[in-house]
Amino acid sequence: MAEKLEMKELAEVAVRFSGDSGDGMQLAGNIFSTVSATVGNSISTFPDYPADIRAPQGSLTGVSGFQVHIGAEMVYTPGDKCDVLVAMNAAALKTQYKFAKPGAAIIIDTDAFGAADLKKAAFATEDYLGEMGIDPDRVIACPITQMVKDCLADSGMDVKAMLKCRNMFALGLVCWLFDRDLNIAFNFLKEKFAKKPGVAEANIKVIQAGYDYGHNTHSSVANVYRIETKNKVPGRYMDITGNKATAYGFIAAAEKAGLKLYLGSYPITPATDVLHELSKHKSLGVTTVQCEDEIAGCASAVGASFAGALGVTSTSGPGICLKSEAMNLAVIMELPLVVLDVQRGGPATGLPTKSEQTDLLQALFGRNGESPMPVIAATSPTDCFDAAYSAAKMALEHMTPVILMTDAYVANGSAAFKLPNLAEYPAINPPYVPEELKGSWAPYLRNPETGVRYWAVPGREGFQHILGGLEKDNKTGAISTDPENHNLMTHLRQEKIDKIQVPDLEVLGDKDDADLLIVGFGGTYGHLHAAMDELRAQGKKVALAHFKYINPLPKNTAEVLKKYPKVVVAEQNMGQLAGWLRMKVDNFVPEQFNQVKGQPFAVAELVEAFNAIINK
Amino acid sequence: MAYTAQDFKKGQPRWCPGCGDHFFLASLHKAMAEIGVEPWNTAVISGIGCSSRLPHYMATYGMNTIHGRAAAIATGCKVANPNLTVWQVSGDGDGLAIGGNHFIHANRRNINLNMILLNNRIYGLTKGQYSPTSPRGFVSKSSPYGTVEDPFRPAELCFGARGHFFARAVATDAPGTVEILKAAYNHKGAAVCEILQNCVIFNNGTHDAVYSKEGRAKNAIYVQHGKPLIFGENNEFGLMQEGFGLKVVKIGENGITEKDILVHDAHCEDNTLQLKLALMGNGDGFPVALGVIRDVDAPTYDDCVTAQIEEVKTQKKYHNFAELLETNDIWEVK
Repeated sequence: MAEKLEMKELAEVAVRFSGDSGDGMQLAGNIFSTVSATVGNSISTFPDYPADIRAPQGSLTGVSGFQVHIGAEMVYTPGDKCDVLVAMNAAALKTQYKFAKPGAAIIIDTDAFGAADLKKAAFATEDYLGEMGIDPDRVIACPITQMVKDCLADSGMDVKAMLKCRNMFALGLVCWLFDRDLNIAFNFLKEKFAKKPGVAEANIKVIQAGYDYGHNTHSSVANVYRIETKNKVPGRYMDITGNKATAYGFIAAAEKAGLKLYLGSYPITPATDVLHELSKHKSLGVTTVQCEDEIAGCASAVGASFAGALGVTSTSGPGICLKSEAMNLAVIMELPLVVLDVQRGGPATGLPTKSEQTDLLQALFGRNGESPMPVIAATSPTDCFDAAYSAAKMALEHMTPVILMTDAYVANGSAAFKLPNLAEYPAINPPYVPEELKGSWAPYLRNPETGVRYWAVPGREGFQHILGGLEKDNKTGAISTDPENHNLMTHLRQEKIDKIQVPDLEVLGDKDDADLLIVGFGGTYGHLHAAMDELRAQGKKVALAHFKYINPLPKNTAEVLKKYPKVVVAEQNMGQLAGWLRMKVDNFVPEQFNQVKGQPFAVAELVEAFNAIINK
Repeated sequence: MAYTAQDFKKGQPRWCPGCGDHFFLASLHKAMAEIGVEPWNTAVISGIGCSSRLPHYMATYGMNTIHGRAAAIATGCKVANPNLTVWQVSGDGDGLAIGGNHFIHANRRNINLNMILLNNRIYGLTKGQYSPTSPRGFVSKSSPYGTVEDPFRPAELCFGARGHFFARAVATDAPGTVEILKAAYNHKGAAVCEILQNCVIFNNGTHDAVYSKEGRAKNAIYVQHGKPLIFGENNEFGLMQEGFGLKVVKIGENGITEKDILVHDAHCEDNTLQLKLALMGNGDGFPVALGVIRDVDAPTYDDCVTAQIEEVKTQKKYHNFAELLETNDIWEVK
């Protein structure tokens, strides 16, 4: 049969690994994405995990999925739906089939479709394929559990340990299907299990068995696919999630600035991984304090900044509500602080594990008084690194709290990250008060160009001063309720933020003659870019302008927004960016695409909606 | 270099004439001079309220922050820069109502802070509402028919949060205040100093029994580690244990001599008797305990954080960002 095998070249493919939370689907997915990335394919991944910590084995609520999207050219999203679905048990097939494209190949472990399994997955009959309306010809039905047991029969492992390798059999099958080089997977496992060579060996054996099974029987699937690599960017890469990239960005910025990194935080989904990540790196001098509440997380970070550290606090929307008073304190005291908001579904507790962009106006305005704060929104998992670095640099150089926005999708999604060279990143120079100002310095003495006040860190003789939440005199720094002074200070705080230089808004696609400009911000970049690509492939003239810097806005914002006959602002909220832009750009009345489902946009839906606007 | 109180003074306080804050501020200046930490290595961090204006009258570094958060802000300040001597100043509303959570957790973590609680049992800045230390039945603008709730007793809260240091002084008693402030500085860890003080406008006379020197002679007991718990105008009274409690005895009566009197042990790990001392009140026929009631050594949070960082530095092989990157699974695209 092997000689009939047809090699078919694909531009991109999405594979979804699904099974019980304990089935190791994420590891299988990670290895597959690494193997693909190593040959230069573009990758984007997204985990879809249940809200329950440990749902009963084989139950519908216990299924977790991990989707990997690989492409010959740039892929921007984990893919709306998958081309291959791996379902390690009946519950996984039941819940995950809706993520499969029509005609997708389905790989199942038939040993996990027994009567009890089917009952737990709420199948009425034994004809589970029939019940789901799945064409059996598309199914690679393999007794994976038994094959793994057979493969490891001589290993001396107990059955429980053997069954932990089931994910590797599925991975081997997928690697065969996409003609992947197994040696890369083997090396990955050897490194991962360097201290447990027995485990590495067993996993390698099982991957090979899965690959061979596909090769020898190649069941009902007609083709083996190849995803060639185009536009390779040579370099060294790692896989990184948005949250990890954010943590790395803070570490890099603190090192560049020569400051201690202090994180005050309180666990909250989906931001907690930033606390986890930073807590690991004490050998870099990173200090993390898991505080008694969100308020203390932010308040202690303000205290740390006062003491001369890079103060950071991490949270999600509900935490921002609680931190806003301490954020405001940093605004009026003009101290550096980075506030990370990994957005999730709201209001209130909302949808803790799901993704939205509904905190934008809260970030811009959710504080009492005139309280301008820069807002930066990361556009992809890897962009979280640069965004976190920029946020820290901006906070330190402009003596201001900065809000860094990501979201559950960007935070948990991963992509190949080209290892950054810190030497190539811009210097970070906090405006320390010059020694010669001793005697004449007061806390609100400003650099006339930037409007930024100087920073005197405790421990320096001759610069003792008191900051606080009460309005201060512009000259002396003493408490002042003088009307003119308050008016002046309010203006000075605003002007300081307005003067911050941010990069111009970039227009992608048909930037000269687009009929439709797509506008978005933050984590929807990939989906909007993919939608633009699809529309252009259909022959439409479309451009994309995606905001990363939201306050202050790029200088060319009005120019870009007014250049095109039609503009649509697409966001995962009820129109918060559109409202902000309308406030800032005269006579700007865009079309809007608003969806608040807690799920990433589906590119197909975007294309349909944008086509309707073009044709209107 | 030797300092005087003048070196820590700044500005002209704007509290009401006769306010306890004036007395306390003078004692703090004096204590800081005697302690001798440079003003530029000292930070005074307060929340909001009358007493939280205090940092503005200090020639140190300082912050007059937001309501209730002083302990949390001081925590970040101390942990980020353990070289600073950090004083956290709050009133009873700031420290125990809106900031109660931070108060207990700073004690539980044992952050090396000197935590001043200026207790006048009233909200002064908002003009006269009851506070979490106002007694049950207290009549105020927000409780015209009397409160129907029991107050916090600060020592109880501190001990309940596993606090290792608690001392008390009366604002008008400068030597007593300076003494406990110095003891708080010398204690490594969270050190709570409750200062009993009067609000002349909204709660005048709340601590009358102990506010004057004469009153204290009758109604207070100065506790000192290792010394028998004796009080009274002529040192004629003492404290003894009775059952699970304490009792006041007269020395020389019923065959009781000074040797029978309980000896204060501020360093005792078990806080049972220290709590009994701290909770004594005039209403019960007991004297109010002043001085250092509890002072027990324990590892401080900030020291442990620093030690852990140093330990991990010796264990892990990566010490900068470039080395951190190398700890990941890396592949090369050629």
